[in-house]
Amino acid sequence: MSKITFGMAIHDAIRNEMLRCPEVYLAGEDVGFRGGDFGEDMGLWAEFGSGRVVDTPISETAIIGHAVGAAAAGLRPIVEIMHMDFTGVAMDEILNQASKAHYMYGGKVSIPMVIKTTGGGGVGAAAQHSQMLEALLAHVPGLKILVPSCPADAKGLLTAAIRDNNPVVFMSHKLLMAQKGEVPDGEYVLPIGKANVLRKGKDVTIVSWSKMVQEASLAAEKLAAQGIDAEVIDLRSLKPLDEETIIKSLNKTGHLVILHEAVRTNGFGAEVAAVMAEKAFDCLKAPILRVTAPDCPSPFTPVLEKEYLPNADKIVDAVNQILKK
Amino acid sequence: MEKKLMMDFYEKMITIRKFELKADKLFKANKLPGFLHLYVGQEAIAAGVCAALRTTDYITSTHRGHGHLIAKGGDVRKMFAELYGKATGYNKGKGGSLHITAMELGILGANGIVGAGIPIATGAAFASKYKGDDKVAVSFFGDGASNRGTFHEALNMASAYKLPAVFVCENNRYGISVCADVSTSVKDIADRAAAYDMPGVIVDGNDVFAVYEAAKTAVERARSGQGPTLIECKTWRQLGHYVGDPDNYRSEKEKAAGNGLDPIPRLEKKMLSAGYTQEDLKKVQDQVDELIETAVQEAEAAPYPGTDALLADVFAE
Repeated sequence: MSKITFGMAIHDAIRNEMLRCPEVYLAGEDVGFRGGDFGEDMGLWAEFGSGRVVDTPISETAIIGHAVGAAAAGLRPIVEIMHMDFTGVAMDEILNQASKAHYMYGGKVSIPMVIKTTGGGGVGAAAQHSQMLEALLAHVPGLKILVPSCPADAKGLLTAAIRDNNPVVFMSHKLLMAQKGEVPDGEYVLPIGKANVLRKGKDVTIVSWSKMVQEASLAAEKLAAQGIDAEVIDLRSLKPLDEETIIKSLNKTGHLVILHEAVRTNGFGAEVAAVMAEKAFDCLKAPILRVTAPDCPSPFTPVLEKEYLPNADKIVDAVNQILKK
Repeated sequence: MEKKLMMDFYEKMITIRKFELKADKLFKANKLPGFLHLYVGQEAIAAGVCAALRTTDYITSTHRGHGHLIAKGGDVRKMFAELYGKATGYNKGKGGSLHITAMELGILGANGIVGAGIPIATGAAFASKYKGDDKVAVSFFGDGASNRGTFHEALNMASAYKLPAVFVCENNRYGISVCADVSTSVKDIADRAAAYDMPGVIVDGNDVFAVYEAAKTAVERARSGQGPTLIECKTWRQLGHYVGDPDNYRSEKEKAAGNGLDPIPRLEKKMLSAGYTQEDLKKVQDQVDELIETAVQEAEAAPYPGTDALLADVFAE
């Protein structure tokens, strides 16, 4: 184990896979000399050269589009979309090409590619550089969506994503990038679609992913001080969704709060709530609550952004509401 | 050699023409689900370009893709089966006309999205350069697609990286009902090549030899590491945009002039003066008729996929 940053965990996963498999390459804006917008690709260009760590034009459509063709032709591209807000520029390539090719071509081609991107607010990046668009992408059949919350998971899940024979969206929160954590050395692969129970509890289940997992854990500590025992589940993968782990938890707690940083309407929390209403209704002792950003663009000024973002106190309030304390 | 090539072109072009006219008939008889975009009149482009390619080379096709598939060596039996939505079709009935493809022939998809194949072919060319496997990737697309961002982003990328790609624009002057005079900033799409520092070549798309020669030069250029070429083939779509299109946006005069450019009689004329006889041509036509009749019968008799196929192949193993 080594204590390294989330960004370095990403770096290590890419490096290991590039060493292991000659078909793996990295392409995106500023991934070469600059080493990625968050520095996580630093050193790869020097080590592997510009043939395998490819600085692209500012052409998101061609970045994702070329990766579809390269993957169909036998490579395993990792393509970087600097901020996931920019996936809008390449939405056809994600929505209609990468995700659909395997099915619509009768299973005769696979598209092993990773779309590596960052999302999330908290740095005053405002409406076009702060979004969490996981639900938008999770709506598309044929994509897998990974949303790690800590360096170890970042390494294990990115490695799994690179080895997967499907298009996988690997989404990091920009505020996690510099955070450190213990990460297994060498090869480390996590299964895709397995949630992690971070904290065991018996009164309420808090389900979250990406950076909000930290707020969930903080809320659990605050709740413990009030005598409420919260279970915290980090989904890690939204698609496939580990329904079983949530259901198992609800069997015990009977209360569910879903926390995400993305805006409320049609957020992935709605999906989790719907699945639990379908499959775990009998366990529920109170309505399911969602703690999310409100339905507005991410504001610039720190005063408003603080109001916009969910936090531990908002979760504590939600939990108290359903437990009627 | 040229004489043999003529016959190869003729077989392909007649197969495409007869396939399309048969599909048109079947569709109008309500035998085929979905919708169809036919390639009638544009056969010389697919035939001429694909003759300059190896089987291992890549192409990306369009929503008007039957011709590309036949020209690259596609089996009309699996094609009709796909149009019927049968399990024996190229895409196991999951793609239909819009997505019909044979990956084993290097075809990285017909595509329902205009211009989507251009970056995909660029990526295949990238893979070829990356692996050093000597393959070339050709993207077929229409004049309408050359107004999409995919065209501009991909041509820039292909040229900047000197990829072994050939971009073949089939300019039939209309994007559905809108004439290029209205929608397009340049008279000749080939002029756009200058913006991406690659050769831009204009050819008579109804002359299969002219197409072939231009493609051969571009493919050799690509394969030898000198980068991409944009070829604009001036052509004419003889039928509506899709089967059922009222096609009332083109004047009768314009249609008559366009139909007069038909590449097949032009090739036949050349063949006859090169020593082929009417009987030689008739023989090809009869063989193709028979092939197509058999293919349709087989497709009609073939099974539909079981409903358990619905959720198969959403993800690869």
